[in-house]
Amino acid sequence: MMKKDLVIIGGGPAGLAAAIAAKEAGVEDLLILERDSVLGGILNQCIHNGFGLHTFKEELTGPEYADRYIEKVKTLNIPYKLNTMVVDLAAENGLKKVTVMNRQEGLYETEAKAVVLAMGCRERPRGALNIPGYRPAGIYSAGTAQRYVNIDGRMPGKEVVILGSGDIGLIMARRMTLEGAKVKLVAELMPYSGGLKRNIVQCLDDFGIPLKLSHTVVDIKGKERVEGITIAQVDENAKPIPGTEEEVACDTLLLSCGLIPENELSDSLGVNMNPVTGGPLVNESLETNKEGVFACGNVLHVHDLVDYVSQEAEQAGKKAAAYLFGDLASTGKEIPLSVQNGVRYTVPASVNIDRMEDNQIVRFRVDNVYRDAVIEVSCNGKLLKNQKKRVLLPGEMEQIILNKSELEAIDNLEEINFNIKI
Amino acid sequence: MYDIIIIGAGVTGCSIARELSRYNLKTAVLERASDVCEGTSKANSGIAHAGFDAKPGTLKARLNVEGSRLMEQLSKELDFPFKRNGSLVLCFDEKDMTSLQKLYDQGQENGVEGLEILNREQLKNLEPNISDNAVAALHAPTGGIVCPFGLTIALAENAAVNGVEFHLNTEVQNIEKTVNEKTNTSYRLHTNRGSFDAKVVINAAGVYAGNFHNMVSEDKIHIIPRKGEYCLMDKKTGGLVSHTIFQLPTVYGKGVLVTPTVHGNLLAGPTAVDVENPEAVNTTKDGMEELLKRAALSVNQLPVRQIITSFAGLRAHEENGDFIIGMVKDAPGFFDAAGIESPGLTCAPALGKYLADMVLEYLPSTEKPDFIVTRKGIPNIALASPEEKKRLIAKNPLYANVVCRCELVTEGEIVDAIHRPLGATTLDGIKRRTRTGMGRCQAGFCSPKTVEILARELGKDMSEICKNDSGSNFLIGGNQ
Repeated sequence: MMKKDLVIIGGGPAGLAAAIAAKEAGVEDLLILERDSVLGGILNQCIHNGFGLHTFKEELTGPEYADRYIEKVKTLNIPYKLNTMVVDLAAENGLKKVTVMNRQEGLYETEAKAVVLAMGCRERPRGALNIPGYRPAGIYSAGTAQRYVNIDGRMPGKEVVILGSGDIGLIMARRMTLEGAKVKLVAELMPYSGGLKRNIVQCLDDFGIPLKLSHTVVDIKGKERVEGITIAQVDENAKPIPGTEEEVACDTLLLSCGLIPENELSDSLGVNMNPVTGGPLVNESLETNKEGVFACGNVLHVHDLVDYVSQEAEQAGKKAAAYLFGDLASTGKEIPLSVQNGVRYTVPASVNIDRMEDNQIVRFRVDNVYRDAVIEVSCNGKLLKNQKKRVLLPGEMEQIILNKSELEAIDNLEEINFNIKI
Repeated sequence: MYDIIIIGAGVTGCSIARELSRYNLKTAVLERASDVCEGTSKANSGIAHAGFDAKPGTLKARLNVEGSRLMEQLSKELDFPFKRNGSLVLCFDEKDMTSLQKLYDQGQENGVEGLEILNREQLKNLEPNISDNAVAALHAPTGGIVCPFGLTIALAENAAVNGVEFHLNTEVQNIEKTVNEKTNTSYRLHTNRGSFDAKVVINAAGVYAGNFHNMVSEDKIHIIPRKGEYCLMDKKTGGLVSHTIFQLPTVYGKGVLVTPTVHGNLLAGPTAVDVENPEAVNTTKDGMEELLKRAALSVNQLPVRQIITSFAGLRAHEENGDFIIGMVKDAPGFFDAAGIESPGLTCAPALGKYLADMVLEYLPSTEKPDFIVTRKGIPNIALASPEEKKRLIAKNPLYANVVCRCELVTEGEIVDAIHRPLGATTLDGIKRRTRTGMGRCQAGFCSPKTVEILARELGKDMSEICKNDSGSNFLIGGNQ
């Protein structure tokens, strides 16, 4: 059986950054497994710019951003396998059994001391949205359409309605318009957009594409190919309001209604999940409940910016290296991070002060639009720190830094709570 | 001149075709859709009913029990997924126990084996997630689940291998009856692809069977499309129940079922609403709400958040409620297989034999000595053991190239599906033969790859590839 110190599942932005960090921390015996035919993951089809402002202080396209990491992987001689699917992940006696399949080597098992989960996420399909109507050709998730247009050079349609104002939907509204399609409108179920503000401005406003908030698709017409859809306004419970229906002729419906972390392998391993994020519950080292199994990127929680994915993945890679070298402290206690009043979740979900670094980034998302609000962090019921925010948006990830020394100073620390004060 | 023309390549038409392919008869199947299994046969519960439901003495009752018995053997002969998981009919009120008993008696009369009535405790032991409100249940251990596509495609492929011609994209528009004193009556079927002559016509046209019957007979029949909507849930939830869970009809209506599918998903449905349009396979908000509400009565927590897709099918309901099978009185050589609604899928293996025997009485023939009884399906990498996987991959490395990650379908399986007898030419064709795109991402990741493989293998451009019928193209054209 093949043996590896560290196996990284996924060669997208998270997997690449984790591998580089692990290698730089001294892990020599590592391997990236990627199911696609190229490294870089979904960045390859994100040909628009806006990537890397935080990491490289310049605006790159998705492929350019990926390339910086791919080049580094090559320079560092980090081995990777393409067109390679991990079909099973199991743990035995502290070792992880990775079952792998590809054309060149067939089916085989690799034994790994540590694993980084970096499988990314998938889009929520029409079926999960319970949109009634016919099931013709012409209904695509926005990312699938993006692949057709940007990788295959093909147009999935000419007259387009987009449901959901997630970032991919917004990006595709502009992309389809630039390729000659007429994007009639973007409908969003919520009273606010789930995408970045800059994308609403640059992808919709600049092209005069209307964004209909508190609207959804209630019917799809067309037997072979989409012929039209019906939208309706929704009430505060997101239920369509009778009488507000409006028919829109179109041949294509794109869906940008949320991303779901792809954790089927994590499930097969028995990793504990956070039902809010759909990703693993991790500690300060981004380690799951399974020792030596780390998670980062969109498989852990869906990010807004790839820069944060890279940052997080770097941390996971470093910690995986520390684990392999026996440098992760085995003392200390897990302090849970709890959430309330508007904070949906935190990553990590717990911290062990003995293991944490001087500055621990905690990332989270809010459940609604808040203006002039305060993010409060309290320990054992006492306010530790607060951060004023002019606006908090569900589409944008927030972060707060916890200082090790501040936490060490608290007697009998039981819990760290995050909440929004309006 | 064909000996036999069958209209419709659903499960009924394909089963009849396969039975007749045992004989020295020139047989063709005309199907208006781009593939077999495109109508009622593709959108139903996928249940092999035990047979307690049909009224004793009816064709439905007889063919159901016989079909249920034949299904297992057939699944081995033709290699399609079938499992005898047993079924339960829940009773929610002590007052309804007489109805449950009646169902039991009816099953006994129909010849269903192993029926028993379970009390609440026995029921809970058998199915821990069953609703706490259920007081008793009828248990039918012979109930089963079957892949409706698998069954239909297997029958069709085997018929094709044994010489039956399948004409797809061929819609019968009119039927001319030619009465000839010297020979028997014959028929000319006018289609969008020319005309076909046959001594015998078998009408297995599902919701359209009434139209064809009425073209040749004065004794009119009326088929009503009865819509059934379904919700399919993620494989994570397939273990919620192991049996097929029915409900005793109550004042609240006929009730819907909750069942694991033979592939391990959880299925809830169907509704039952008569519609006028025989093409109305759209789902509706009201329909989905109702089916989920009713299905929720059967189990303690219906995982509605795990729905991955919804669909609707149309049952071919005949006014009088029983199947119409046999030669039409005023049209010698014209046979109906009409009004084939539930339990039509279960009946198919028996119905094929039953109707083939009638046809042979009218048009005697001899058995082919070289009839091929068995058919081997496409390898299933997801279900193969590690040894089997290794063996297959050694034979063809494409079996190691995963295209559909959710259902673990490989390029090798997709290429097989395209090059088999009656091979897939559409995305839905690939889906029904291999499960590509049937998983939780619903073809989000794999459809561009599948379109590419289809185009490559069929020598077409990607823009020519359709989801199913003509006009359902995925791509409009190239970029600017």
